[in-house]
Amino acid sequence: MFADGETVRVKDEWPEALGPVHIRTPYYVRGVVGEVVRWLGDFPNPEDLAFARPAERRALYHVRFQKGLIWPEAKPDDELLIEIFAHWLERP
Amino acid sequence: MNILETDGERLLAAVRTLLDQKGIVSATEIQERMAATDAASPGQGARMVARAWADPAYRALMLEDGTKAAESLGIMMRGMPPLGVLENTAEVHHLVVCTLCSCYPRAVLGYPPFWYKSAAFRARAVRDPRGLLAAEWKTAIPDAVKVRVVDSTADYRWMVLPVRPSGTDGWDEERLAGIVREGDMIGVTIPGV
Repeated sequence: MFADGETVRVKDEWPEALGPVHIRTPYYVRGVVGEVVRWLGDFPNPEDLAFARPAERRALYHVRFQKGLIWPEAKPDDELLIEIFAHWLERP
Repeated sequence: MNILETDGERLLAAVRTLLDQKGIVSATEIQERMAATDAASPGQGARMVARAWADPAYRALMLEDGTKAAESLGIMMRGMPPLGVLENTAEVHHLVVCTLCSCYPRAVLGYPPFWYKSAAFRARAVRDPRGLLAAEWKTAIPDAVKVRVVDSTADYRWMVLPVRPSGTDGWDEERLAGIVREGDMIGVTIPGV
């Protein structure tokens, strides 16, 4: 679905504002642009697993972010590397 | 019956018997898991690091598939999340954190240190890793080295393969493993001699 090296943006969505959820996407990267490092595999969607619902397998990606895009005081070329599920990623 | 007031040992025995009778988990499997949990300690990860320092083929396997690399040293990985290994180099230093909870590569490092789960470590690690490492561990990351914070958010567990320190030429694996600490494999400290 996403290729290595592809530019992606984490969706700027806040489902926790609507009701009880279990989300593995940290809030500090919502809406932030990053780069796909690699696909890590397909795993049952933890957002369903946590509520004992049938969980579809979803692609999980390792995504790299420049820290300066998130915290202005950060050393600009320092990075964050985070596992993000495909359904949280979009093409900017 | 009030389950909260029931004797814990009896409750545990009842649950174990039911799991066994229903064919979900056998008594043998529970024993195996208890033995593996007891054996899990930073010493296991240190053995992997030492082997990787001594054997380029093992290092390649470890970076490609941490789970296979652990299993090849007899570490039980069945039923554990996949293990990923992040290599520190002269250009990049990795620091592992789990900002959402406390994901930790228990199979190879054992129980996490107390501070790993603290809100303070989790918040500071992503926001100001250089300041955190300098203030709490006296670990100075040179400006020329990029810091890459790995937020362990989902189905993988991550450990760091530190840089082999100078002054260790000719050391055998056991001696190398002896200088690798828990913090070196999280990325809060750097091994030295």
